[in-house]
Amino acid sequence: MSIFNFFRAAPRASAVQAKERLQIVMAHERAGRSGPDYLPMLQQELLAVIAKYVNIDENKVEVKLDRGGDCSTLEVNIELPAREQAKAASAAKPAADKPGNDHAAAKRSVGGSVGNAGAKKRI
Amino acid sequence: MSKIIVMTSGKGGVGKTTSSAAFATGLALRGFKTVVIDFDVGLRNLDLVMGCERRVVFDFINVINGEAKLNQALIKDKRIENLYILPTSQTRDKDALTREGVEKVLNELSKEFDYILCDSPAGIERGALMSLYFADHAIIVTNPEVSSVRDSDRILGVLNSRSRRAEQGLEPVTQQLLLTRYDPERVEKGEMLKVDDVLEILAIPLLGVIPESQAVLRASNVGMPVILDEASNAGLAYSDAVGRFLGEDIDHRFVTPQKKGLFSRLLRRSA
Ligand SMILES: Nc1ncnc2c1ncn2[C@@H]1O[C@H](COP(=O)(O)OP(=O)(O)O)[C@@H](O)[C@H]1O
Ligand SMILES: [Mg+2]
Repeated sequence: MSIFNFFRAAPRASAVQAKERLQIVMAHERAGRSGPDYLPMLQQELLAVIAKYVNIDENKVEVKLDRGGDCSTLEVNIELPAREQAKAASAAKPAADKPGNDHAAAKRSVGGSVGNAGAKKRI
Repeated sequence: MSKIIVMTSGKGGVGKTTSSAAFATGLALRGFKTVVIDFDVGLRNLDLVMGCERRVVFDFINVINGEAKLNQALIKDKRIENLYILPTSQTRDKDALTREGVEKVLNELSKEFDYILCDSPAGIERGALMSLYFADHAIIVTNPEVSSVRDSDRILGVLNSRSRRAEQGLEPVTQQLLLTRYDPERVEKGEMLKVDDVLEILAIPLLGVIPESQAVLRASNVGMPVILDEASNAGLAYSDAVGRFLGEDIDHRFVTPQKKGLFSRLLRRSA
């Protein structure tokens, strides 16, 4: 045995890793299990709407329903991309709420459908 | 009124059948009239573990289908008073388990027995669902290993949502953990999840810890439930677990490495 092996820190016990991994994966699975059936659909549709305007990563969206005694909350957590990416994304899209002349609007909507292809796929 | 227990786990090969045989035997030894039913349709094995494989004529599915009477299919254990086995079919599949059919057989058994123990197959499909549907008590058999713990959690979810008690809004099925194949030496080396880790994750009461033991294989070789091997740690641990199930206050044994005598230490060193 070399002197280096002797001084090397003991590797983290594998059982500790097992416990941590289980805690993480199971917290996630339990949350999904207790929610109502429509949550996954709701998540998909919310995602589709938001993706029309902002470039988002579908893995960074979380929809959670908490049932309380007298009040329930629907929590939607969406992580948006960094500034630069967001700008680039919105530049590629039509400003849907801005009224323009008919000709320009038609042009934009063509560009829009191309820009939205990624979002459409997720629906 | 008889009590219905399901021995369940989600994952296969964790010790449900071993534990069912031991538990049913333990309950009968304490004077309760007990029947153990094999729900693993198509993969009959409880008969072998109980040592009655050559006495199977009719089975659970024959009774469900009205092809045999219940007392034609029930096998009375030769060693222990009060113990009966209801073997399953080896040729049919799990679709033969209809809810009405299972209910009819359980109703008939509950007139005669104190305990009805259902040995669940692996998975969360029909066979497993039928075995847990009517349960009053669930014993969750888990190995100290990531996939077994996760699958046990899945099964707990199923018990809380798809059992008869859950569907009818009755008192929930009681749930207790039986941690099997536990190796205190590997736990001490940090190679295996500790009892406390598994309890923390699954958050259900602990019924027992069954150590990894060579006695289990020896017992199944000869068709004897391991609880009858009173010289083995696994047998004693099962006995304790049955006592706890019945409400006795018994300390957990075999959860820390056994101190080696000087003699065995010397032997190991020379080996
Ligand atoms: N405590 C134990 N020590 C050693 N081997 C065990 C123990 N419990 C179960 N086994 C072995 O594990 C295997 C699977 O057990 P079994 O009871 O058939 O599991 P299941 O019914 O959950 O599929 C068998 O070979 C059995 O002998
Ligand atoms: Mg089995």
